[in-house]
Amino acid sequence: MISINIQKNIKTYKGRYRLTVADSFPAGSVTKVYGPSGIGKTTFLRIIAGLSTPEQGKIVVHGQTWLDTAAGINMSPQERKAGFVFQDYALFPNMTVREHLQYATTDELLISRLLTMGRMKSFDSHKPQHLSGGQQQRLAILRALAQRPKLLLMDEAFSALDDELREDLITDLKIILKEFETTTIIVSHHAQETLGFADRSLKID
Amino acid sequence: MEWTPIWLSLKLAAITTMILMLIGIPLAYWLSRRSSWLKVVIEAILTMPLVLPPSVLGFYLLLSFSPNSFFGRWLLEYFNLSLVFSFEGLVVASVIYSLPFMVSPVKSALAHLPASLAEASYTMGKSKLHTFYRVQLPNIKSSLWTAIVLTFAHTLGEFGVVLMIGGRLEGSTKVASIAIYDAVDNNQYHEANMYSLILFAITFVIVILVFVFNKNAMRGPLE
Repeated sequence: MISINIQKNIKTYKGRYRLTVADSFPAGSVTKVYGPSGIGKTTFLRIIAGLSTPEQGKIVVHGQTWLDTAAGINMSPQERKAGFVFQDYALFPNMTVREHLQYATTDELLISRLLTMGRMKSFDSHKPQHLSGGQQQRLAILRALAQRPKLLLMDEAFSALDDELREDLITDLKIILKEFETTTIIVSHHAQETLGFADRSLKID
Repeated sequence: MEWTPIWLSLKLAAITTMILMLIGIPLAYWLSRRSSWLKVVIEAILTMPLVLPPSVLGFYLLLSFSPNSFFGRWLLEYFNLSLVFSFEGLVVASVIYSLPFMVSPVKSALAHLPASLAEASYTMGKSKLHTFYRVQLPNIKSSLWTAIVLTFAHTLGEFGVVLMIGGRLEGSTKVASIAIYDAVDNNQYHEANMYSLILFAITFVIVILVFVFNKNAMRGPLE
């Protein structure tokens, strides 16, 4: 079980706004987070990963306190090791597809499995700048999975994939996430995108 | 023609560049992160050698390194080291003079690198140091080469600061740029021409090598 209760002041183009989220996420669940643009969905994911700090809040992941502002606990992103699929993919231009996965894990069997799952095996020596948008997005997902995260945070992670590829990837993702016992939180603007993937939803407004 | 001034210039440029790689790159990383008033002031101080006349900088360094100053006396008493009219003094002065040429391109490149690259590495459990060497530094390679070339070439062509701090002692502080000035002053135009041609050739080869290394025809090493 993952329990999150956070409050953070954020600036939007409409002015100042207080992002408030309080929810519990069952272990192994896939939760879709949705809400209007600029409401703080990405900020919410960044807070969970430890890349941003809220004014007040508490995050407990499988009994381990990642953040407790009242008690002065704030684990670093390195300690939390949440898998994070960034909206801009955040791929490393100096590394090939295989090197991206090797950066995250030394498990060559897992790397081979992930490359097959993402249909990336024939591109494993390519650098990101030589991949299509869809391939880059798949690589970002595979890299986040390579570290077998307890918690996977996905920011618009399927936006560049066509329907067929997305459906295939979702089928494989569901299997691997169940095997890794990973809890997933995915931010998405489009209901269609997470169809068959998310089993619960959370609205931020 | 004496080869010692050319050798001294190359030695000075190489040592200065190496020292500046060690201190300039971490400094650029620190400056590229969130700005503060302290960083603004430090950056302004670091930029001063770019805008100050070299003779002004050389004059103040000469005063600071002089055995009559507190710093100069301290160096002499505790380390038996005099930075005035010595090669060591030229190195220290060159490091100060060329610092912005190493720091500015590296700082600018790091600041323009998407923050998400480092953040992705952090979420994979990698430390800031590991991320810097494996992710950030390799992705600013062309700017790094620009900084190294600029620093080396700038030190190679130094004149005002070098003259003020080192004078023109044969074999220890008379570098190529000063040898050119001396040759012209003594109407030895052939010798001045030889020194100039050699400096021109060295600089040209370095710039060509960087172009080839970067393999990016659209972007020159000085951009």
